[in-house]
Amino acid sequence: MTSVAHAAPAHGGAQHAPMSFWRKYIFSTDHKIIGIQFLFVSLFFLLLGGLLAMQIRWQLGFPGQPLPGGGILPESMTSGGVILPEYYIQLVTMHGTFMVFFAIMPLLMGVYANFLIPLKIGTHDMAFPRLNMWSFWLAFTAGLIMLAGFFVPDGAARAGWTMYAPLSARPDLSGATYGQILWCISIVVLGLSSVLGSVNYITTVINHRAPGMTWFRMPLSVWALFITAILAVLALPVLQGAAIMLLFDQTIGTHFFDPIAGGQALLWQHLFWFFGHPEVYILILPAMGMVSDIIANGSRKPIFGYHSMVFAIVGIAFLGWIVWGHHMFMSGMNPTLGSTFMVSTLLISVPSAIKVFNWMGTMWRGNLRFTVPMLNAVGFVSMFTIGGLSGVFMAATPVDMHIHDTQFIVAHLHYVLFGGSLFALFAAIPYWYPKMFGRMMSEAIGKWHFWLTFVTYNLVFFPMHILGMNGEMRRLYDPTQYDFLRGLQPLRVFISIAAFALFASQLLFVFNFLWSLKRGKKAEQNPWQDNGLEWSLPSPAPHGNWDRPPNVYRGPYEFSAPEAGNADFLPQHVKLATDKEPAGSLPR
Amino acid sequence: MTHATATANLMHPPAPAEPGSGVYSNKLGMWIFLASDVMFFTALIGSYIILRFGAPGEWARPNAVLNVPLTAFNTFLLICSSVSMVKAYAAIVDGKKYFLRAVPGKMLRDGGLKFWMLVTIICGAAFVGVQVIEYIKLVTEGFTPTGYREGSLLAEHALGDPVKFGATVGGLYGSSFFTMTGFHGFHVTCGVVSMLYLYFTKVLPEKYSPQDYRGIEVIGLYWHFVDLVWIILFTIVYLV
Repeated sequence: MTSVAHAAPAHGGAQHAPMSFWRKYIFSTDHKIIGIQFLFVSLFFLLLGGLLAMQIRWQLGFPGQPLPGGGILPESMTSGGVILPEYYIQLVTMHGTFMVFFAIMPLLMGVYANFLIPLKIGTHDMAFPRLNMWSFWLAFTAGLIMLAGFFVPDGAARAGWTMYAPLSARPDLSGATYGQILWCISIVVLGLSSVLGSVNYITTVINHRAPGMTWFRMPLSVWALFITAILAVLALPVLQGAAIMLLFDQTIGTHFFDPIAGGQALLWQHLFWFFGHPEVYILILPAMGMVSDIIANGSRKPIFGYHSMVFAIVGIAFLGWIVWGHHMFMSGMNPTLGSTFMVSTLLISVPSAIKVFNWMGTMWRGNLRFTVPMLNAVGFVSMFTIGGLSGVFMAATPVDMHIHDTQFIVAHLHYVLFGGSLFALFAAIPYWYPKMFGRMMSEAIGKWHFWLTFVTYNLVFFPMHILGMNGEMRRLYDPTQYDFLRGLQPLRVFISIAAFALFASQLLFVFNFLWSLKRGKKAEQNPWQDNGLEWSLPSPAPHGNWDRPPNVYRGPYEFSAPEAGNADFLPQHVKLATDKEPAGSLPR
Repeated sequence: MTHATATANLMHPPAPAEPGSGVYSNKLGMWIFLASDVMFFTALIGSYIILRFGAPGEWARPNAVLNVPLTAFNTFLLICSSVSMVKAYAAIVDGKKYFLRAVPGKMLRDGGLKFWMLVTIICGAAFVGVQVIEYIKLVTEGFTPTGYREGSLLAEHALGDPVKFGATVGGLYGSSFFTMTGFHGFHVTCGVVSMLYLYFTKVLPEKYSPQDYRGIEVIGLYWHFVDLVWIILFTIVYLV
């Protein structure tokens, strides 16, 4: 902190006065603290979502048998320890809701947009630090409101995380009153949080880059977070509008989604998926960006096809707006419209494939360093490829008619959300951990965690494709009630046991994360020998980041460059004799 | 850019050669927020259009339920407030921080920032007031978010002339009318509250100058957007 005491006067006096605990860690306006706040809260929700998933797996693997420890749950959820159908549908609804809205989305956007954007573009903080604080506390409030659903009469929301109307709109159909209302309120609050956060990210990237940080010198992680923020700013308000209409249907008796009074149930699906498909890319683009940075670093090679990577991100984001109908092939929507959506959906595989091939091109003949972040990043590429390929199946209308709403969809979704986004996070968390907390996470535990997760994860989700092809619908309470599904019960038991092992493996990660906070190896300034601007700061990065913005002389992927001499990396802020000072740089 | 010294002109950040858009962050942020607000109203207005076109019966005729002349007057008020907002902006660009000042040779006194901001706030508040009166009147007559209240005056009318009052889809009419105009009214209220805050913390203490009037420009953007949304809403809800 001593170096920061000499900060340029332009930078305000915030870091001079010692701040109280509350100002520094609770109502903080520092982008790094806010990122860390998001990290703890969303890891909690990730664990909670996992616990809900374990109960789902128990019911599917061992229907009719009492849930171990289920005795502590109230009578409204279990009967003699056996999960009731009313509780089961709450489990699948809230598992989806927590994982999508309160775990993966805040982990990617809340944590890494906040933490990385100012550090990677070379500025002191976000453009609007106070707005940033609001963004966190609104998201936290939204999470508590959602959680409250389990503690109200009738329990949590029951209409699936997609909240299809009229089931969600009419308490007499779903059987839940307050839970449905709390779901809508929580989503409106969360939407506001995301919009405020994203306005901040976009403005910061446009206006606060360090001298010399041109658009095409930005790391791909910043590009991805920037484009994702644009998606969030435009998509979340649509969900908010839809959730408000649903809320009014539930509470004051409007008729938006009530077919009896002339409303349209299909309208909800259109609104939800108009938000929902950009949301899919909100959940994967930042992961792709961070994985690009980590793979280039782990391969000690420049990223293959930097410009095509950027344009692929932009292309995916644009196409993401015109494909939402592929969720609705079976909804009774006009079939002609369906073929349009089929074509636009298939088009998305082009930029996605460009990215996958570029990652492979980056690794090709690289000087690979299989650190924990790199292992998880490679895991991301392989799992995302499987998820992407099964996505092509359901993009084709005739195939989708067979697999629609089956376990095949569940498998696909988890291959891109768990295999994709979550593996990217298991790469990103240890990678930037030293810059957050000044210590390294344990490599040994990290490798155990990676291999156990990678194996058990595939054992859980790959067989779901088979269940889906055999016609097992998702959200079924007890598939053994159907003759044609009864023979597949051994497979479900297998999946459930693998799922319990998968959950147990995550405890390694939790332990590693918490243990390393106090006991981890002290991190040096640049432990991964990377080029990004954040590594020019001490670990952990001090409040206010730099005394003055660093000058940027080159792109972020100059690994193994001949100019670097003996080192195999050339940081963005290091000035070589041949480099000119960038426009707008301060005299130093 | 926000940290530049007092002599620099904050309204026009320098040098497009260095990274940055040349637009100061507050203004850029407001534009991005307005883009997201466009999407919010798109969800509401789009749903209204779809519900109205797909409705199983005739929509109520304009003028049958709503008091169009009253709302036309209200629209006029809101447009006036946009004009006064422009006048406030022009005043501070010219450095006129005062309320009113006599001009030699002219009968009318010249309005400054304090005057035109006050006019804007009053017009905005009056708009919300008229809308509240309109709502109370409609609900008393029997037009509610759930449709025509049973046994009310309007429900009787609807029985007598089902086509004119759109009796079969009164529920949809009420739902979309109150949701759309209500959320617009909420936006106007937010604008009025923000302007009142600026009025007492920045305008009256004369914190704005021709070198820095960012607050006025940013709230002005928001205000004109809200006005624009109303013109669309007035057209599609009250006139067609």
